[in-house]
Order: sequence, then structure tokens, then C-alpha cells
Amino acid sequence: MDKKGNPQIDLSQSVDFLVFWGLKTDVKAFCNQNRREKTVQLCNLSRTEKTMIRVNNLIKNYKKVEALAGVDIHVKPGEIFAYLGPNGAGKTTTIRILTGLTQASSGSCCINGFNIEKEVRQAKQQYGLVPQAINLDQELTVQENLIIHGWLYRMKSSEISSRIDALLDYVELLEKKKSQVKTLSGGMKRRLMVARALLHGPKVLFLDEPTVGLDPAIRRKIWALIKKIQTGGTTIFLTTHYIEEAEFLADRVAFLDQGRVVALDSPERLMESLGAWAIDRLVEDGMETVYFKTRNDAERFNTLKSEQYTLRRVNLEDAFLDLTGKKVK
Amino acid sequence: MIHGIIAIYFREMLILRRRLTRQIPSWSISPFLYLTAFSYAVGHGVEIEGHTYMEFLIPGLIAMSSMTQAFAIASEINIARFYWHIFEEFQASPISKVSYVGGEVLAGMTRAMLSILVIMALGFLFGVRLNYGLAFFIALLLNSFVFASLAVALAMVVKSHADQSMLNSFIITPMAFLGGTFFPIDRLPSWAGAFLNLLPLTHASKAIRAACLNQPVSIFSYVLLFAIGVLFFSVAVRCVEKAKD
Repeated sequence: MDKKGNPQIDLSQSVDFLVFWGLKTDVKAFCNQNRREKTVQLCNLSRTEKTMIRVNNLIKNYKKVEALAGVDIHVKPGEIFAYLGPNGAGKTTTIRILTGLTQASSGSCCINGFNIEKEVRQAKQQYGLVPQAINLDQELTVQENLIIHGWLYRMKSSEISSRIDALLDYVELLEKKKSQVKTLSGGMKRRLMVARALLHGPKVLFLDEPTVGLDPAIRRKIWALIKKIQTGGTTIFLTTHYIEEAEFLADRVAFLDQGRVVALDSPERLMESLGAWAIDRLVEDGMETVYFKTRNDAERFNTLKSEQYTLRRVNLEDAFLDLTGKKVK
Repeated sequence: MIHGIIAIYFREMLILRRRLTRQIPSWSISPFLYLTAFSYAVGHGVEIEGHTYMEFLIPGLIAMSSMTQAFAIASEINIARFYWHIFEEFQASPISKVSYVGGEVLAGMTRAMLSILVIMALGFLFGVRLNYGLAFFIALLLNSFVFASLAVALAMVVKSHADQSMLNSFIITPMAFLGGTFFPIDRLPSWAGAFLNLLPLTHASKAIRAACLNQPVSIFSYVLLFAIGVLFFSVAVRCVEKAKD
């Protein structure tokens, strides 16, 4: 309704309705074509530059909520790229757009030089996805889950069989090949999801919170597996809110806050900017953290103050906190 | 495209195979009760168009069961989508939307055909001999095609598994009772008959019954079912695209 109380028509919704029935308006078709031409050009550029993932000015709006507000990322071949941020920062939205599960409002995404909107099938062949939620067929066996994946990716039966054995051995699940998925533990299911994502030999592996809900021992086993996959030449795009996970695994880290990348560098360089040591101490209005270049400086500072304190090394969380004023949770 | 259809179909069949021992009794129980209650208790001594009520009822039950079992694929899709999140695996894979819909529709049609075999066997046990020829199977395939396609489309539109049971109550249950399954619709007032003639199940019941009872079949019913099936299939493909967000 306008100020005078007259009903107003939401043209964007009308256009969406027409698009649903295949009656695209000239305006929308023209805009889409223009956008696609530009993004294909960018993807061609990323092919020549040898960028494995190229994201340019990615924007995603959900009605009135701006989930992504212009994200730019370039991921190099063979690196582990961690995408770090608190819950609701837009990590999963980015992965969903990059893997074609969600439509971007604007911007472009290329995987190994293929545009995810324009060259959908080629782009989808380039990556494997391990989503946050376990999405295996629980009633089927480990082998059956993998066979279905192979068929979805147009693999030949002989190729599927040989890859299944090799990958199950790789993720240490070969003896579970004939077991129903529902009989596996949480960690085994995660490893099976990784094996499934690797079955068709993707160049890029997207891992969306791969260790969420797992106990520390299993988490470390998954980390070792991720490192092993990287040594095989696969590029890994990882989202996590576990600081130590990003610190241990990532070659480069992007901090995401409120839909924006606020910092992008190697974990070491992001932490270096603060110092090497930190003291957490209780103050009147909560906790204060002070950073120091050396341990000696930190200890000297503490002798001057008598409050309760903790001396520790600087971590990525400190860098994130320093940039955004928030903790990664 | 074929690879995608096979993958989706193969998955549904693997799941069905695991459940088959539980599924067959569940497919048998309703037709058995209908045959016992309606045929022996209610329809005893009743004759319709020169046939016993049992001969009239079994083709209706076949039409109804092929509809409900084809439509039941919607529940499987919803479980995969909302509970197991497997739909994301299909969305992320390089298969086309037509392949996805094709695979699910074929799976729905297969479920329908298997459930019909159970009714045919029950009919045989109840001593009813009907003509199960080519016209019968074509009508059956078309009916299950229509409702499996509708099921895929609606499964993409609903927002939760609870919505699915609401659709069953509003669409499938009324159609099951009013689509010429248990009684001839020409016995109803003309306005009601005209309305019920708009339902695809009415045409499926007519076509299946005519084929079973060696009566002349109406080509119009076959053409109409095919056209509605194609329409629902294309809507289902559109709905898969819209299910992206």
C-alpha cells in the first residue's frame, strides 16, 4: 500500500511469476544475458590466470536480509582456503551459491574457469561437496551410496567399482563397504561423505563445517584426511567456525562478517599483525586481552599488574576479534 | 540425461527393495478390506451394468491404488529432502531437472505397478477373472504417470513433511472416493457427474474398467490422461528449478 492507502503491485514478484511459467520478460532476459556475458568473460580470465575459484562481487539478498554484501575471493590451485566467520555470517550461503544450490542475487562465480550459472554441468563436474548436514542414504550400504553418486556424475560402471575400492581404502572404510550407512558412527559418515565427494575426481572440494559435532579425536582424523587430499593436488574450500581447524589446515583464511570479507591472508600473517603472545585478564567490565611481540614483554607487563590472568599465544580468534569486535562462534 | 534418470530411479528402487517385505503387506491390507467390506457386505447381490459388484470394484481399486502409490513417491521425496537432505546431493550434481523428475516419476510408476500386481493377485484369490490386456496396462501406466508427476511437482512446492499429508487429505482422498472407483458416477446428479468428469482418476477408472470388462474403450480418456501427465511433468520440472532456494 502507498501513503494514500492505494494497493501497489510488486513488479519483481510479477516477473518471478512470469519466469516460473517460462514467460521471461525482455528486461529480465536482457539483464541476465548481460550479466552472464560478463561473468563468462571473468571465468575465461580465471582460466588463463589459473585461479581455481573466482568469486566477484557476490551479493545475496533474502527478502530484506543481506546475506552476502559483495564478496570477492580468488582461490589458487592446490591450496586449502578457509572461510571463517560466526554463525550467520554467510559462509554456507557462499558455498551454496558456489555449488549451484542457491541463486546469487548478483555477482559471478567460476570454478576452474567454468561459470556456475552459464556452464552449469561443466562447473558441477569440477567440484565435490561435503555439506554441513549428513546427507547420505541411511538405508543403503556404503557401496550403494557411492554407486549412485557415480551414476549422477556419468561415470562408467568399471570406473565406479575401481574408484570405490580405492577411495574407501583411502578414508579407511573399506571393511564397511557392504554395511548400511545407519550402522556407521558420525566420524565414519563424515569420511564416507568425503569419499563420495571425491569419487568423480573433482578439482575442488567444498567442505562446509566438516567436523561440526565430532569429538576432538575424530576431528583430528578428519584434519589428517583433508591434508592428505591436499597433497593429492585437490583445492579445498573449507568453512568452519573452529579457529584451531583453520589455523592447522589453511594456507589462507578469509574472515567473513555480516556478509563481507573483512580480512584475507595466511593465518600467520593475520596473527602477526597483533603480536605473538596475549594476556587475557579480568577487568571491571569483563575480559581484556593485551597483545605482545615477545613472551618477555608479556611477563614483564604482568608483573606490573596483579590481577588474575592467562598467558597464551595469539590465535586467529584474536585477529578476528580485533577486526570485528566479535568472537567466532 | 539417461544417466541421471537411471541414478535417481536406481536409488528409489534400492530403497524399495529394502522395504519390499514390509511394503507388500501394506499394499495388500487396504484392497483386502475394501474387497471384503464393500464386496461381500455392501455389494452382495448388487449388479452394475451386467457385472457383479466385485467385477465393478476391482478395476476401481486398481485405478485408486495406482493413483495413491504413484503419488506416494511425494513422501519419499520429502523424506529425502527435509529429513535426509539427499535432495542437495542431486541439486549439486550435473544432472538436468528433467532427469531428476523423470527418475522420480518412473519410480512412482513402478511402485504403482507393483501395488497393482498385489490387487490382481487378491482379485484372483477372490475368484474374479478380468481381462488384463494391453489397453489395461496402457491406462494404468498413464494414470500412474499423471499422479507420479503431480507428486513430484507438489513435493517441490511443500515446505515441510507435514504439508504433504495435508495434500493427501485435500487431493488424493476425495479423488479416491469420487473418481468412479466405488460407484458409477452417472448415478450422481448431472452437475456432480460433470464435475467429477474433470478429475483424471474418473477417466482412469473408466478406461481401466472398460479394458478389464472387455467393453469398448474411450480413446479420449487415454489422450486426456496423457495430456494431463505431460502438463504435470512440465510443471514438476519448473518446480524443481524453483526449489533451489
